[in-house]
Amino acid sequence: MGAVVDLDRLLDQRQVWRGRQVQARPLGLQPTGHAALDQRLAEGGWPAAALSELLLASPGCGELKLLWPSLARLTAEGGRVVLVAPPFIPFAPAWQAAGVDLRWLVQVAAAPVDALWAAEQCLRSGSCAAVLCWPERADDRALRRLQVAAETGQALAFACRPQQAANNPSPAALRIAIDTRPAQWRVLKSRGGMPPALPIACPGQG
Amino acid sequence: MLWACILLPQLALDTVLRERDDPDTPLVLIGGPTQRRVLQAVNPAAAALGLRAGQTLTAARALADGFTCVEADGKRIEQLQQLLAAWAYRFSAQVSLHYPRALLLEVGSSLQLFGPWPLFEARLRQELGELGLRQRIVLASNPVAARMLANGHDGLAVTCAEEARAVLARMPIERVGLPQEAAEAFARMGLRQLGQVMALPRDALAKRFSAQVQLHLDQLLGLRNLGLAFYQPPDRFEARLELNFDVESHQALLFPLRRMLNDLGAFLAGRDCGVQRFCLHLEHAEGPDTQLQVGLLAAERDAGMLFELAKGRLEPLQLRAPVRNLRLVADDLPPFVPQHQALFDPRAQQAQPWEQLRERLRARLGDEAVKGLSAQADHRPECAWQAVEQGARASLQLMPGSRPGWLLPTPLALDDAGHRLLGQAERIESGWWDGGDVRRDYYRIETREGLRGWAYRDLSQPGPLWLQGWFA
Repeated sequence: MGAVVDLDRLLDQRQVWRGRQVQARPLGLQPTGHAALDQRLAEGGWPAAALSELLLASPGCGELKLLWPSLARLTAEGGRVVLVAPPFIPFAPAWQAAGVDLRWLVQVAAAPVDALWAAEQCLRSGSCAAVLCWPERADDRALRRLQVAAETGQALAFACRPQQAANNPSPAALRIAIDTRPAQWRVLKSRGGMPPALPIACPGQG
Repeated sequence: MLWACILLPQLALDTVLRERDDPDTPLVLIGGPTQRRVLQAVNPAAAALGLRAGQTLTAARALADGFTCVEADGKRIEQLQQLLAAWAYRFSAQVSLHYPRALLLEVGSSLQLFGPWPLFEARLRQELGELGLRQRIVLASNPVAARMLANGHDGLAVTCAEEARAVLARMPIERVGLPQEAAEAFARMGLRQLGQVMALPRDALAKRFSAQVQLHLDQLLGLRNLGLAFYQPPDRFEARLELNFDVESHQALLFPLRRMLNDLGAFLAGRDCGVQRFCLHLEHAEGPDTQLQVGLLAAERDAGMLFELAKGRLEPLQLRAPVRNLRLVADDLPPFVPQHQALFDPRAQQAQPWEQLRERLRARLGDEAVKGLSAQADHRPECAWQAVEQGARASLQLMPGSRPGWLLPTPLALDDAGHRLLGQAERIESGWWDGGDVRRDYYRIETREGLRGWAYRDLSQPGPLWLQGWFA
């Protein structure tokens, strides 16, 4: 009788993994702002203090639509969001219209060799809520560094990479591929749960 | 009033040693005329070679070799004394450099803030140790007694006049700062200790010796006051360091640089201000100095951080010629406002403040690397945003989704085949007043790959569609 094991506790510790999740999702700490996506992610949102990888069909294919609700929420809470060497100019009026508080948005210009360093510094510092970066040729080691830095600084890290990288293993806690035709999100990896088998249609796009 | 005297017995030698990264190699200070050079001070390693202060250089060379000779430089010692006064100014508002190689501080009114004297003294000793200076500290009830007791004691603390009198009575007569001939006369009279002199009748003493002797004795016992000139901190910081040899690599500059910035940090803390901009002059044997400007967005005074920032800017610098001397000039010393933090800030533990992070990024990536975004109330896309120091919102509110999130730095000409237009044109016609006149029809487009773009046709110059942004 001494071996009574609290099932809930086991589940909470993720020592036991259930194949089919039927219960209500735990309330996410970092909701993505897209209810359909939140439902299918293991933590009910972005993995907190971890690296999330966005695999883009091509730059500008819908990453902002995915991220804007989260960035708007973070900046409204007074969290700083840093864009490290974005591929294009963030068009301020559109970001403002999406709800992002521009007072908390910072852009860091960096050469490709320095971009990873800058992203790591920002993540590690603990003074940023989210850091977005576009590493060009990031190997496993570089991503792992970002992941560790995100853990240290308790920040959300987003790495936008081309979809060709989807075949390589990655230390990121969450990997989402963004397709354009059809416009959908595919969760490739979700730490602490099984990635949903079906893609999720992007909201607001036919 | 309680007075602390900090006596720096080896100031000349420490001035030199603290700037070297090899303090354990034999080193001597030399002075005197060119024909007869004399050793003024030797460090322990040189003393182990048999060298003594007062020897001629020729004699020293005959005894040993392999020691470094450094010219004693009064100006540098003076500079260091000024710095020390600035440092001591943190602890007391009344700091005096009345005696050479010694600092006098009124500490009686500082004890409330800096704790009981043993703690305070330990702190003084620790900070002086970090500055690379040997010290003797004595606390007494008047400044003259403190200075004279420091001749024979270290770590002594006497807080009332009677106690001071008792300790002074045991001081040898030649060490209490009396005029030379008076001290000799007392000694010949068989008066070896100050107590014996104090026991003499006043009028007899006044008859035999000059008024100065009586005055000094009275000041020593606190019967008369000594007028002290107090230190006033200057409004700028300047320090110069002679390297004495040619330095060609950055690495070798880092150690002296750290030392200078530590001095700057001590100075700033004493004045309770920060530094916003400082200039490092790298002086060469000939030609103009190489100047390294270090600018910060907010005033800082933490020496470690200043060093890291200066290092970040020094490393990419191309040295035109070997460096002989370093000079640090800081003119802009605004008041330092510490970062305020919430008591229950959840991220407080290991967080590096944003200001520090920003300076670190700027130091490595360039002054213009870190920018905020501000939205402008303008319909022309290229004028509707600006990179600014601090991001700001615009009063002009747009419909969400009506403008692209990404803007291309320069518009890209599209060929007709790869895309199709979605919906109606939106006319933007603006800017006739400032010379940037535009007349454009904007379309949403979809490329063959399924990307949503924002492109325009210039109505004043008919031509292809120009892609200007992505609805990402």
